Amino acid sequence: MGTYIIRRLLQMIPVILGATFLIFAMVFALPGDPLAGKCGERPCPPQYAAAFREKYNLNDPLPVQYGKYLGNLAKGDLGETYNGIKVSEQLKLRYPITAKLAVMAILFESIIGIFAGVLTGIRKGGFLDNLVLVSTLVVISIPVFVIGGLAQYFLGVKLGLFPVTVTSTDPTVYELALPAMVLGSLSLAYVTRLTRTNLTENLRADYVRTAVSKGLTRRRAIGLHAMRNSLIPVVTFIGFDFGALLGGAIVTERIFNIPGIGGYIYNSIRSRDGASVVGAVTVLVIVYLFVNLLVDLLYGLLDPRISHD
Amino acid sequence: MTEAAIAEISVTDNYEGGDVNEERSLASDAWRAMRRNPLFWVSATMITIFALMAIWPSLFTSTNPTDAILAQSRERPNANAWFGRDIQGYDIYARCVYGARASILVGVLCTLGTVLIGGIVGVMSGYQGGWLDSLMSRIGDVFFAIPLLLGAIIFLVSLPDFFNDNYFLVVLKVVLALVILGWPSLARLMRSSVIQVKPNDYVQAARALGASPNRIVRSHILPNSLAPVIVVATINLGAYIAAEATLSFLGIGLQYPAISWGIDISAALVGLRTTPHMLFFPSVFLSMAVLAFIMLGDVVRDALDPKNR
Repeated sequence: MGTYIIRRLLQMIPVILGATFLIFAMVFALPGDPLAGKCGERPCPPQYAAAFREKYNLNDPLPVQYGKYLGNLAKGDLGETYNGIKVSEQLKLRYPITAKLAVMAILFESIIGIFAGVLTGIRKGGFLDNLVLVSTLVVISIPVFVIGGLAQYFLGVKLGLFPVTVTSTDPTVYELALPAMVLGSLSLAYVTRLTRTNLTENLRADYVRTAVSKGLTRRRAIGLHAMRNSLIPVVTFIGFDFGALLGGAIVTERIFNIPGIGGYIYNSIRSRDGASVVGAVTVLVIVYLFVNLLVDLLYGLLDPRISHD
Repeated sequence: MTEAAIAEISVTDNYEGGDVNEERSLASDAWRAMRRNPLFWVSATMITIFALMAIWPSLFTSTNPTDAILAQSRERPNANAWFGRDIQGYDIYARCVYGARASILVGVLCTLGTVLIGGIVGVMSGYQGGWLDSLMSRIGDVFFAIPLLLGAIIFLVSLPDFFNDNYFLVVLKVVLALVILGWPSLARLMRSSVIQVKPNDYVQAARALGASPNRIVRSHILPNSLAPVIVVATINLGAYIAAEATLSFLGIGLQYPAISWGIDISAALVGLRTTPHMLFFPSVFLSMAVLAFIMLGDVVRDALDPKNR
């Protein structure tokens, strides 16, 4: 177990290096000049421009810039935005909001999705099964920005069940409930279908028949034996989804005016603020890799045949 | 595309000495099961209609989609403009028809690109194994760890202006972004199914007979490991159409004067309360297109999976 974790952690290093370099190179290639409009309606004085370029290493070629950035990153320093604010300060403000949103979305999709998947999986072909299949198809095919706009209008504006937009920088669970449901809706459909397919497949397995024939109740045979094996692909999906939700919250955040990380990255790209983009995405990648490691470790709990020794 | 791929498999199967009269290959079985599924015909019809729309939009409407009649701006559906008019006074029906081209083009090109790159990388790393496999897997991990939407945004913004010259270059820009970030999932899938096929007796036999690696891969491994890739690629086609619309919605993918459902939906969201028809029709077209491909993917999966029969 210990060696497995260490090996996985070591494997993460090249991935983090590669991903940050990729983002860094793309940000490096962003068109436009960070000094544009910095000094009002006149061009910046040459001394200021030179000092500015010196401070942010803008004169160096790409590999040197990247090397300096990595050096700082190793010391835990994510750099400064072009406005002189520490990127880490900004991320500390924004990440908790998006993380809260993503965790709520994950809870929403996994609880309801697994429940619906089990209900339909044990009665394949019934009315409920077909209803859920059709409704998941509908949810999958409507893009999230339409679902978001409609949910905001009908549930927020018309019925007044939820706040229409998020107004504080420290939103409550209630404020984030509707955005989280919108964010998790697509994955909810996938989780439901994944649970259903795997459960129906496993219900035909020999060990479930053995469990039933040795006298276990159906509830116990399904809940204890079939469920655990059926959940492995679902847990894999949910783990992968957490990273995707953190990054994909951009649209939901825009619709509901949430001051999260997605909007921050979007605005930073627009204002060509390299340090913010690279810092925010680096943290995203690291979170994604750690969640995946966690999921792989969870396999052992769900299926004792899988061991990491 | 899927049909062509399946037809290809059966052709190679017969060519390789499979009994022509009996026709019990997996592909012909799948084709038979698929023909009997009404959902297949529904989705195939929808896809044909959308493909026709993309190729000859003038078959469906004689109205010019860029013909703005400002006096009739935001007009509700009527005899002259079946779907009404949007803020600019464009005919919404014409715009829906002409918008199919961008979506279908992006979907098809992205699928082709990811299948080609992912397939080649997957076969190489699955068949060859060793250091090549490790290297390819790590490179794939790097792209996989960057969230699709965020990566695509950074990529699209950082491309030079050359790509904004004409319609096809703009579409190509979106395709490039989605392919570069989307190939690793197909490469992983291909790799794992090649690894499953590789130890089979017929592969060993072919090698013992002195067949070249090229021939083994082409006529033994590919036909037997392509099924999961076909399924996921079909479903992905729908997902790429949705991704294109999302990018256009964010104002980064296609842009005016290009016509795309995403752009129209984005422009219509402001009028949700007063003129919902502006949002409704492009959303329905978009959802139908995504739905058609996801349904086709479902049908193909059911047909190719012998466990479901």
